Amino acid sequence: MNTPFTARKNLVIAGIVYWAIISIVYSIILTGTLKNFSLTTAQVIIDTIISNILVTASCVLILNNMRYYLPRQEKYWYVLTVSLGLSGICFLIAKGVLWIIFNDDPHYLQSFSQSTGIRYGISFLLIGCFSMMSLLWYTQEEQKTMSERKADAERLAKDAELFKLRQQLQPHFLFNSLNSISALTGTQPEKARHMIQQLSDFLRGTLKKDDQQWSTLEEEIQYLRLYLDIEKVRFGHRLQTEIIYTDEVLLLKLPSLLLQPVVENAIKFGLYDTTGEILIKLEATKENNYLKIMVQNPFDPETSQPLKGTGFGLSSIQRRLFLLFARQDLLKTHKNQANFITVILIPQIK
Amino acid sequence: MKVIIIDDEPLARSIVKEYLQLYKEIDIVAECGDGFEGMKAIVQHEPALIFLDVQMPKINGFEMLELIENPPAVIFTTAFDEFAIKAFELNATDYLLKPFSKERFNKAVQKYLNTSSIPASQPVIETAAQSPGQQNRIVVKDGSKIKIIPVNQIHYLEAADDYVKIVTAEGQFLKKRTMSFFEQSLGVHQFVRIHRSYIVNTQLITRIEVYEKDSHLVLLNTGAKLQVSKSGYSKLKDILEI
Repeated sequence: MNTPFTARKNLVIAGIVYWAIISIVYSIILTGTLKNFSLTTAQVIIDTIISNILVTASCVLILNNMRYYLPRQEKYWYVLTVSLGLSGICFLIAKGVLWIIFNDDPHYLQSFSQSTGIRYGISFLLIGCFSMMSLLWYTQEEQKTMSERKADAERLAKDAELFKLRQQLQPHFLFNSLNSISALTGTQPEKARHMIQQLSDFLRGTLKKDDQQWSTLEEEIQYLRLYLDIEKVRFGHRLQTEIIYTDEVLLLKLPSLLLQPVVENAIKFGLYDTTGEILIKLEATKENNYLKIMVQNPFDPETSQPLKGTGFGLSSIQRRLFLLFARQDLLKTHKNQANFITVILIPQIK
Repeated sequence: MKVIIIDDEPLARSIVKEYLQLYKEIDIVAECGDGFEGMKAIVQHEPALIFLDVQMPKINGFEMLELIENPPAVIFTTAFDEFAIKAFELNATDYLLKPFSKERFNKAVQKYLNTSSIPASQPVIETAAQSPGQQNRIVVKDGSKIKIIPVNQIHYLEAADDYVKIVTAEGQFLKKRTMSFFEQSLGVHQFVRIHRSYIVNTQLITRIEVYEKDSHLVLLNTGAKLQVSKSGYSKLKDILEI
């Protein structure tokens, strides 16, 4: 496929070839016509060169002009008007220049006046043909880039969709949970069955909701508990959780499936950055017209990376909040001595 | 035969334990929940074979292996399959993807038993620390302690015989690696090999001075002065766009 640059190069080459052909045609016609008026060879050559340069200049002008402005409606009228105008201008300039050069030869001047019609006609035909050609060329180019852009946009949308699906399936979490179940089936089949139940409920929740929906905090906490119970089976006593809220916040709304990734991030951060037991704390409160959610996880200030921004897990949450509320300040993180704290504010829209 | 299981999930350890019951000659001498414990246990018990998870607290399985002088045979157990190629680069005996069946597990153990009669020659673990997402730090032994150095805290690296000296604000650490290893793995982090003996953190460069005819000196904001070779200078110019 051609890039716009090479496509343009092709157009220029085509233009030059076209120009060479029209020059020859023009010369032949002009020479033939002017011969009838018995002019000298020098006069024919000078006349041909000047007329041709003007026609060529008009063609270059059209070529460049259409690069920036491509008529969409009434394009054939546009071509006609431009060609008529430009050939008129060409004719006038040629007349001016030639009359200055040959102003002492009344025979030439008379011949020129007599050939007005044919000169104008030829210029018009040549310029008209060229404008039509450029118009078609640029229209085709435009369509090509448009379809490329469309294909690009479609590909991007598909990528995003795939990414979303992959995120929803959470392969790491899923495979490790399945491994835990596999371990439990041998020794504690009852527990294994219970975990399969929890995992199924969790996955069903993921599939059922789409992220355009809103849920109450109560629903989200229920869903979160499923997730936490599974993680607790996986990590055993190392993982402790605490969820604090009052009854008044339970019915507040928030975007579906927003909390789980935040908590997942906290667990990953907490579990992989320290070796002991960890406590993940979630606290939901109402503040003015906002639902405020604070998630806290321990970290090791000695080995932890100095955090730039909010980390990958949280950047997608931030993005989602931005898309929903057009605000960048709803997710904030800070840390104290041994804890990393994420605070999310969710505006309550009545 | 001594075996150690290293995995941060207790149930993941228990399934390996359960599958190993079949083998009377195998003796599980330790179970560890993270790389630190794992390293200690390996040094203490000198097992013939370890079952090792990759994603673990503090240091991952690959980083742990790097810290051990003569690592035992390794069977990796993990849910990530993007690590598989790396595991085989490390000459792992086998690689089990969780959850794995008993048959698959037996095959891995059998593979070890078949190859262990031949004295295993462990190759130098050159690419170990490059597990996805973990390239931004280097794990070193500092006496009996383990030190995790975030890459952006490194001032520069200096060649020191078979070792590489890692210079940071907190001091210097030695790591048994080649300069070209670090040249490659730190390339993405604004580090440049400016000399046969130096790799520098370009973020810290404050000045470049002419030293002799074909060589230059870089000055870091820490006060350090490092020699730059001719080819190093042209690399530096590319990176700093001067």
